[in-house]
Formats: sequence, C-alpha cells, structure tokens
Amino acid sequence: MVSYRDLLAQAKAEIDEVDAVRAKDLIESGDPVIVDVREQDEWDEGHIGGAVHVPRGHLESRIEAAAPDRTRPVLIYCAVGNRSAFAAKTLLELGYVEPVSLAGGFTDWKRNGFPVELSAGLDARKRARYSRHLLIPEVGEQGQLKLLDSKILLIGAGGLGSPASLYLAAAGVGRLGIVDADVVDESNLQRQIVHSTERLGEPKVDSARRTIEALNPDVEVVAYKERLTSENVDRILADGWDVIVDGADNFPTRYLVNDASVWHDIPVVHGSIYRFEGQVTVFKPGEGPCYRCLFPSPPPPELAPSCAEGGVLGVLPGIIGSLQASEALKLALGIGEPLIGRLMLFDALNAEFSDVSIRRDPECPVCGEHPTITEYIDYVEFCAGTREPA
Amino acid sequence: MTRIRIPPTLREEVGGAREVPAEGETVRELLDDLMAQFPSLRRQLVEDDEIAPFVNVYVEGEDVRTREGLDTEVRPGSTVILLPAMAGG
Ligand SMILES: [Zn+2]
Repeated sequence: MVSYRDLLAQAKAEIDEVDAVRAKDLIESGDPVIVDVREQDEWDEGHIGGAVHVPRGHLESRIEAAAPDRTRPVLIYCAVGNRSAFAAKTLLELGYVEPVSLAGGFTDWKRNGFPVELSAGLDARKRARYSRHLLIPEVGEQGQLKLLDSKILLIGAGGLGSPASLYLAAAGVGRLGIVDADVVDESNLQRQIVHSTERLGEPKVDSARRTIEALNPDVEVVAYKERLTSENVDRILADGWDVIVDGADNFPTRYLVNDASVWHDIPVVHGSIYRFEGQVTVFKPGEGPCYRCLFPSPPPPELAPSCAEGGVLGVLPGIIGSLQASEALKLALGIGEPLIGRLMLFDALNAEFSDVSIRRDPECPVCGEHPTITEYIDYVEFCAGTREPA
Repeated sequence: MTRIRIPPTLREEVGGAREVPAEGETVRELLDDLMAQFPSLRRQLVEDDEIAPFVNVYVEGEDVRTREGLDTEVRPGSTVILLPAMAGG
C-alpha cells in the first residue's frame, strides 16, 4: 500500500522546487504565471501579488484558462508546499514545460517578510451572487471587484436603456447613472421592460431605480430627471463615468452626447433602432471614430424620419440594448475586442448581422485635427409635439 | 447591375423595397440611376452635389468617403449599402 508520505515524496522527486528567495527572483526576472492552489478562505487572508487563484480541486479544469501558454514558467504555491508539489506534478502531466513548486509555501514567503496582497475580496454573499462571473477566467474575482467599482451612465431609460440597465445592474456595476426626463406612458410598455403597468405616470428614472434596486441592492442608482442639454451635460458628465451607454431617442441628444464624450474623454456605446433594424458601435475618443466622423451633422428636421410613422418591434431594443450592455461590460473590465471602428447592423426580419468599417475622419469637426465645433450645439427638436420616446 | 441596400428609414421612398437594382460603374452613376428611378430620394442622399453629411454610402463594407467618394468604382455584384443617421432608442 502507498501512503500519503510516499505519494508526496514521489511527487517531489519528479518536480522542481524553489525556496521563497528564489521564487521572488523568479517573479522579478522570469515573468512566471503565479498560481495559488489553496482554498478560498486561505486566499482571502492574503496571497502573493499578481497570483491567480486556482484551488487545487479545480486545477485540471481551470489551469488552461489561467495559463494558456504551456511554455511559460508557472510558479505554484500553497500553504507549506505539499499541495503545490502535487499540483506541479499534474501540470507536468498536462504538458507544462516549467512548473515549479514553492517549497515552504506561502508560510515561508511571509516568514521572509516578502510582500503580501490582501484581497479587498468579495464577501460570501457577493461570491454567491456573482458566482457565474467568478467562474469565467476573464472576469473572476478581480473583474467582479472592478465591475462593483465601475460607473456607467445611461442616456435614456427607454427601449435601449431598459435591457441595458437591467443587465448592467444584474452584473453588479457599482454605480448606474440614468438620464431621462419622461414619465412612463402606456405605449412604452411594449418594449421598455424596466418599467411596468403599475408605474404608469411615474418618472422613468424613479421607475427604473425601483426595478434596479429590487434586482440588485449592490447597485447605486444616480437619477437625473432632466433632459440632456448644453446647460447640464458638463455637470452630469463631471460626476465621473467610465462608460456612457447612449440609448437616446433623438438627434439633438445624440450629438450632445458625442461632443461631450469627446471633450470629457469617455467611451460611448452607441445603439439605435428603427422598426426591425438596429445598429451598435463603440465610439472611444482617441482610439476610433466619433459619431460626427460617421455623420458630421444631423439631417434637417424635415428629413428626419418621422417619429409618428416610425415604430419598432418590441424585442428589437432587447437585442440591441443587450449588445450595448455587453460592450459596456467589456469596456469596464478591459477585456475582449470592443466594437471600435465597426458598425454592427442587425436585421430582425432576415435574422442577419452585418458589419461595416467606420474610420476616424481627420477632418472631423469635433475629434479631427482642426476642430471647427468647440461648443455645444442645441439642435432643434425633431418631431416636436409628436415626440414619443422609443 | 448592382443591388443597393435601402435602409428602413428610406424604404417608403422606394415603395418598401429592401434592395433596388441600379446601373453604374461608380457610386455617382449608381446614385444618379437610383435617384432617376425614385426622385424623392435626392434630398435624402445629396447636398451641394456631394453625399449629404447625414448619410453614408458603403461599398464592400467600406465608407466611400474614405475612398474616392462619388467617384469610387463599383464592380458588378458589389454590395452597396446606404446608411443614413438613425436616432431611435
Ligand atoms: Zn470624430
């Protein structure tokens, strides 16, 4: 019969070990992936800075995501160096070229007085609520903490703002600003799912706040019950937003949001809808085009599609607004390829996505080399009187 | 012949069609042919003999403004998309 001691000795014979001093050298000069294979409560009490947490029980299933390059050195540690010895052996079997185990483990690391990082950490309740995010390596605990610390401003609590605000709230975005001056109208409820029949006549920002707070008490809602204008846009943006989700229903607001986002250097996730079709893109100042690179000025009021004859399939904003939420989360997390420089078109009738490339225009009146627009412009209201928020 | 994709906001001008065939070897010739078929489109697409600032024309997924504008060549079978600004939300 083989004992634990035999197994451990066997593992240690097959792998490479380093002591804390050499581990520190390796971290400083060798750029290893540092993997902490201890349990959650041990990790919470402190860990080596830059380490990824892969409990040993999940090692085989999660290590590829944490360390995709098998040729890159991997420094593994646990409390005293035993679990990490077994883990290093497993990595050898998985084809990793240089797994090394920290002999003496985290205990020895601390005894040497080397730096320890404390996790601000998610508490048990948050860990349960966001568990499906924690399982995604690209999000994980650090990503979730980032989301809880991020601030996203929604322009409009209408068709696009409804699904976007719901998903951003559910995802645990720490602060959601909502700008909307309207009240809930019966004709909104065919698509504006953040509101409900009992909220008819209630200001949309208040209705949205109630729904969001019921969904996720971790989210702080900042309500701006006002229409975005040249007078208030600087004040609202100065409240410090990481991302703007533009779900406005009119050209004057779209252009205000654009110009302000360029001047305040805040990325905008843009979405718009009409009948069965929608568009999404990301305008990130300095990295890609802005709305005016695409459309230097709005159409004259008499050519703007009449709101009265417009109409929209109720689920369409659900699709486009959810894509906006997805792009906003990617920007807040700093992951993936944001939709910068591409305009995605969706056609529900044909069930078809297509894509056109959009470029920064050096002659752009706002973000170009010689801007000709340097102050906000209040364009005339379109569909005045018949305006009905999409 | 080239098929021009008509955006939902302009479909009423072309009798509801999603695509309209037109003849021409450049964007200018194509648009001239399109606007000859549907004269009410002119004010939606053209301003001062140029493509209006509130509309984009894409040939093979590229904005013709970043190529040769109205003189951009259009090969037979190319995908041409008209895309006016759309504000609904
Ligand atoms: Zn621009």
